[in-house]
Amino acid sequence: MSDLTQPVIATPAPAKIRSQWWDVWAQFRTHKGAVFGLGFLIFITLFVTIGPWLWTVEPGKLDIRNKDVRPIYQVLFDSNAKVSWNHPMGTDNLGRDIMANIMQGGRISLAVGWTAMILAVFIGTLIGVLAGYFRKADGLLMRFTDLVLALPLLPLLLVMMLLFRDPLRASFGPENGIFILIVVGIGITSWMQTARIVRGDVMALKEREFVLAARSIGTPSRRIITRHLLPNVLSPIMVSATLGLATAIITESALSFLGLGFPSDFPTWGKILFDSVDRMTAFPERVIWPGLAISLTVLAVNYIGDGLRDALDPKIRGL
Amino acid sequence: MKLKTALMGAAAAVAFAPMAFAQGHDGERGSSGHLNIIYWQAPSILNPFLSGGTKDVEASSIILEPLARYDETGTLVPYLAEDIPTVANGGVSEDLTTITWKLKEGLLWSDGTPVTANDAVFTAEYCMHPEGGCAQLSKYNGVQSVEAVDDLTILITFATPQPNPYGPLVGGQSPMIQAAQFADCLGARAPECTEANFGPIGTGPFVVTDFRTNDVIQLEANPNYRDASKPAFATVTFKGGGDATAAGRAVLETGEFDYAWNLQLAPDVIASMAAAGVGTPVTAFGTLVERIEMNLTDPSPSLPEGERSTAMHPHPFLSDEAVRRALSMAIDRDLLVEVGYGDAGRATCNLVPGPEIYASVDNTDCLVQDVDGANALLDEAGWVDTNGNGIRDKDGVELRILFQTSTNAVRQDFQALIKDMWDQIGVETELRNIDASVFFGGDPGSPDTFEKFYADVEMYANNFDGTDPQSYLAAYTCDKAPRPATQWQGENINRFCDPEYDALIAELQQTADIDERSALARRLNDMLTKDTMTIVPLVDRGRVSAHANSLGGVVLNTWDSELWNVADWYRITE
Repeated sequence: MSDLTQPVIATPAPAKIRSQWWDVWAQFRTHKGAVFGLGFLIFITLFVTIGPWLWTVEPGKLDIRNKDVRPIYQVLFDSNAKVSWNHPMGTDNLGRDIMANIMQGGRISLAVGWTAMILAVFIGTLIGVLAGYFRKADGLLMRFTDLVLALPLLPLLLVMMLLFRDPLRASFGPENGIFILIVVGIGITSWMQTARIVRGDVMALKEREFVLAARSIGTPSRRIITRHLLPNVLSPIMVSATLGLATAIITESALSFLGLGFPSDFPTWGKILFDSVDRMTAFPERVIWPGLAISLTVLAVNYIGDGLRDALDPKIRGL
Repeated sequence: MKLKTALMGAAAAVAFAPMAFAQGHDGERGSSGHLNIIYWQAPSILNPFLSGGTKDVEASSIILEPLARYDETGTLVPYLAEDIPTVANGGVSEDLTTITWKLKEGLLWSDGTPVTANDAVFTAEYCMHPEGGCAQLSKYNGVQSVEAVDDLTILITFATPQPNPYGPLVGGQSPMIQAAQFADCLGARAPECTEANFGPIGTGPFVVTDFRTNDVIQLEANPNYRDASKPAFATVTFKGGGDATAAGRAVLETGEFDYAWNLQLAPDVIASMAAAGVGTPVTAFGTLVERIEMNLTDPSPSLPEGERSTAMHPHPFLSDEAVRRALSMAIDRDLLVEVGYGDAGRATCNLVPGPEIYASVDNTDCLVQDVDGANALLDEAGWVDTNGNGIRDKDGVELRILFQTSTNAVRQDFQALIKDMWDQIGVETELRNIDASVFFGGDPGSPDTFEKFYADVEMYANNFDGTDPQSYLAAYTCDKAPRPATQWQGENINRFCDPEYDALIAELQQTADIDERSALARRLNDMLTKDTMTIVPLVDRGRVSAHANSLGGVVLNTWDSELWNVADWYRITE
């Protein structure tokens, strides 16, 4: 009994300094769909940004002799198919390279998506925080939100086109002018959900003790908002941002699909789809590729949003 | 059911074998059995006076007939009339105010009663009734009176001289109806006569046995038809509805139907259907021309509203004829036809591509693309690239074109191709497409209508009704330019203005002799196209219909009803 050994209390190894963001990432990683979505989003972003540097075919280049080339895999089903390694995804009915068009179209679609989303989130957060924090502004701002919610996007964009197209075209050129118009159109009609969510959260938060404490030591409202409220509503904002990105891409595609929006020689994913519908049975690849790009991007972004929601919520994190 | 039909067909083939080798049909009435026709727009009424719809006019043309019809070349052929009245044979008066028609003798309505001049008088009264909303009233334009001189003679008097007096009672849109049947249906009561409107008594080869609105019409051979050996078919099923694709398949791929009307489908789609070998697509050309219109006035947004695109400011570079000509020379029209229309189109340089007597035959220079020639022409005119940006310019004006059209897959393909062609002559093109309902909507408040023309060039198709191009050409006189004073209405959308042209139009309106009219019309056509390049025609768009390989006698006609000679159709037996 003598050599009763003192139980050695293993001194814990010096804890790795785990920042909050590291925790978020660890939690995010456990969501398989989100990781896959992130991977795809990175892939598609690289595809459309780096792609045109490697694949230097000009998307608008007409080559009538090489029209209606099928994608390269078509040889597997039909050895007589007209395929060419110069156009691995085939060409359209005017001989434009489909791969180059999907890259170029993706640049526009993603750019519209990101910009419109950032705009919508910015407006939504601003209005949500103001309405939630300042009781006096609440009624006015929320009724304004309801008003905008009732605005139909399509007629609104048509009217905007009518009023602002020529001035914008004169100052920014045809493509940039329309880009600004569409981004603003989508942005100002999709911030309302964010605003409502943010307002709700801010209202709940501002009655909590830590906000009360901050106020009691005389912190000005501006500081309280930026220091205490915004970090705490970041999680719903991030989630609605990802959803907003997906919506913006879809809205742009829908507009292009309806033949509104960008000029006809300016490809976007929606526009490529629109142009290909007539020959869908003979050349299914022309709708499948842009359609797949749109749906997978939107799906990926939705999964990322899902993963982010779990990762950013301290109550779920670590469970 | 299929098998039974097939057996019956086989039986019929054996029974009528002796006549099988004849070129046309010369058998007895009803010997060809049953005919199936499909129109992808369903007829809703069989009275063409109460509906402007082509489907209704064409469906009723099987039953009702006019005094004369246009054939496939646009020439008048007598139907109920003995012959075609002209100034030369005394049928049309020297002062062009009266026309006298003579009915054939012994004509009977399908109920067995005789056809008389009174029926013609009644038809005119029916359509011109002030309370009735006759859809074909324009055919009776300028008519003062229609009288029956005797049982077989009809005298039509016009208020003013009519160089083209063949409006009333001529063509599929303006047939004769029976006075006895429609006597109580005048004016406001016209739409109430359901039985008459759904089953008119006519003189045509078939009579209605069953009419289902917006669905199916069953017809049988008219026992009192004037030619005892016609029609070859005993019964007809006229099916309406569906879409052009389904109709095309039914005739070209599955063979369920014998005739399909107006297949507005992409050329490769029709070709793939025709590959099945059951039927044949047929094409005929009318007057529909896809063209590029040049704006002779300045559409710049920097001009104040109300002055933009009006005659106050000539266009900075399109008012130079050399530029317009070079733009036309750079276009490869055959390529456009191949991409957009296939067999349903042909390259043209004419605004009036038909009928034959009015088409300018020697206007063919534009059919060959000439990029080098266009470049040389621009160099010569002083349009050179002085600042090295790849775009020609002169006196600080760059050749940048805003090119608008309606949203339509074929038009956007054309835009892309033409942009590419114009790139080759140093002209930069910006494309714009506008929703068709806005573009053709004619709303004076919208900046995007084709009349307002807030662009440098625009592309669309237009045609004229009937066979006479007078009113069509008269659209390009100075006073018809759309402008704020006319609420931006008007057909002279190029703002073309030439006193000589106006004078020639006035001359045309007073000329009756067909040869002189044709010479004048050609001259006017040339002034707008090859002489000034104000209008740059691209493609003469035809109409494609399809018939089964076993159906004989089909002659596609764009000047009248497609079913104009249905009495001559027959079953080809093997």
